[in-house]
Amino acid sequence: MSFRERAMVPEPEFESYYGRPILKQPTWKTPDVPLYLFLGGLAGASAVLAEGAALTGRPALEKVARLAAAGGAAGGTVALVHDLGRPERFLNMLRVIKPTSPLSVGSFILAPFGALAGAAAASQVTGVLPRLGRLAGAGAAALGPPLATYTAALVANTAVPAWHEAHRELPFVFAGSGAQAAGGLAMMLVPTDQAGPARRMALGGAAVEILAAEGILKKGLVAEPYDQGRPGKLMKVARFATAAAAAATVVGGRSRVLSALAGATYLTASLATRFGVFEAGLESARDPKYVVVPQKERLARKQTGGAAAHTAG
Amino acid sequence: MSTPVESSLWGRLDDPAADAGYADHPKRKGFFTDTSVCIGCKACEVACKEWNQVPDDGFLLTGMSYDNSQQLGASTWRHVAFVEKPIDVPAPVDLGMPTIGSEDQGAVSGDAGVRWLMSSDVCKHCTHAACLDVCPTGALFRTEFGTVVVQPDVCNGCGYCVPACPYGVIDLRKEDGRAFKCTLCYDRLKDDQTPACAQACPTESIQFGDLDELHERADRRLAELHEKGVDVARLYGRDPEDGVGGDGAFFLLLDEPEVYGLPPDPVVTTRDIGSIWKHVGAAAGALVAVGVASFLGRRR
Ligand code: SF4
Ligand code: SF4
Repeated sequence: MSFRERAMVPEPEFESYYGRPILKQPTWKTPDVPLYLFLGGLAGASAVLAEGAALTGRPALEKVARLAAAGGAAGGTVALVHDLGRPERFLNMLRVIKPTSPLSVGSFILAPFGALAGAAAASQVTGVLPRLGRLAGAGAAALGPPLATYTAALVANTAVPAWHEAHRELPFVFAGSGAQAAGGLAMMLVPTDQAGPARRMALGGAAVEILAAEGILKKGLVAEPYDQGRPGKLMKVARFATAAAAAATVVGGRSRVLSALAGATYLTASLATRFGVFEAGLESARDPKYVVVPQKERLARKQTGGAAAHTAG
Repeated sequence: MSTPVESSLWGRLDDPAADAGYADHPKRKGFFTDTSVCIGCKACEVACKEWNQVPDDGFLLTGMSYDNSQQLGASTWRHVAFVEKPIDVPAPVDLGMPTIGSEDQGAVSGDAGVRWLMSSDVCKHCTHAACLDVCPTGALFRTEFGTVVVQPDVCNGCGYCVPACPYGVIDLRKEDGRAFKCTLCYDRLKDDQTPACAQACPTESIQFGDLDELHERADRRLAELHEKGVDVARLYGRDPEDGVGGDGAFFLLLDEPEVYGLPPDPVVTTRDIGSIWKHVGAAAGALVAVGVASFLGRRR
């Protein structure tokens, strides 16, 4: 059962059990989970944007960002609960707290974040209890960055090679992608004279994401799913959209129309990144090549190099 | 019930039950599956289904060897793999004689060049079990026997254990929504009974017992096979220093692990959890920095 596919690039030769996958296909559903990754990033970064806007007196920006934080958290929670095989048991997530389970840790980030962001947004819209609202908003801003990035730990802490082997870069990809989404949404909905920080946040996020994603693509065989097939296309769309939106921000950030267009493009890029990363993982679990070939190489290195130091750290 | 939380994530660990918080506990139990004597009868698959009342896994004919249960899964807790592997024996001299039967009975004449490998696969009950580490509800837990078991009344079907397992063992049962896998017959162990599969195996390919004793037995068997010249024989999952700290259910194989659908060098994902959190923390810090920088400078 040697597999030598006729491809342009020479395929590594390896054996398998009738070409069957070694890993189980993740049961996480599309669009629930990639959407959750996107909404978590949008909500987390928006909470930061909202707090900055409040501190610097930009009420229009504050309002949009607070609503995005609350809405993103609510939508994300719905997606997450909907993905469970037993949704009625979602509270079991809070039964124990386990640092070895990013989903457990994440539940303890998402639950208070959702409550605080919701309270901040409600106070903002209704004008009731403004002091408490601000306090809640500050709490949400503190939990926002962990919310936007822990989802990288969620996918990286699996046996799926494309996810696990990218565990150093994915948190930065997700941070950048979240900043783009939050900045982009605010650019669409906030008058340009108050949207300066949104533009800078999106631009900064774009830079972080592009750099981190480049780092993943350098990883050879394990990174192949990010470069080929449907996930490869999604990642390419994300790259082009990010670059186009960044250019439009620099050139026409103060034009209302261009700013809105750039904002929408940032959102598209962020969505494409999440779906791309998610689907790259599915592909990586599907093909036994991504499990067998690197592991065989590792074994060979161990046999020749003696006690090869492992790469944790 | 309280769920013991494991403290050790990686490396050699001789007593996982103690690590999980059991002060007083029986010796670690496991399986040694000697595939060199497996005849592929599937008695283990049937016995497991019967005892554990596991629902059917679909009545498929795969056309893939004699293997119709295909893989371990939520409703297949023992799986017998049938490897048909062409081997390099000198082809019988072709005398140009007419063959018996029609062309498509090629298997009859081709059999001489095929080697059969059969192997009954099962959950490895890893020393460092990724499924257990990532389970957010505590549904997966370490038993006093050192085995890894799901509590169906706690599992909420989040599916995290599924891509975490480096062996592709555990899965969600679609109709039910929860995760299921081999329990190493937890109920029978508590009654001092042998697990159903080991009891049913007619060739003693599946051996059950105290893990340390199984290790000794396996080492003897390996030496014996090597003496007989069966150099391809090797133990899989026996090494307590490997990427999962060794398996509670380990194997004697006659070919490379991947030929049987097993990963050649599995590593528990949580070995890297420290590094993962470190990078998440740094990325969260970067996001804070981007946020702060966005508000500095020009007031626009
Ligand atoms: S083989 Fe997979 S399902 Fe079994 S204990 Fe190890 S990680 Fe868990
Ligand atoms: S599906 Fe069930 S057993 Fe698996 S990780 Fe989630 S709660 Fe735990």
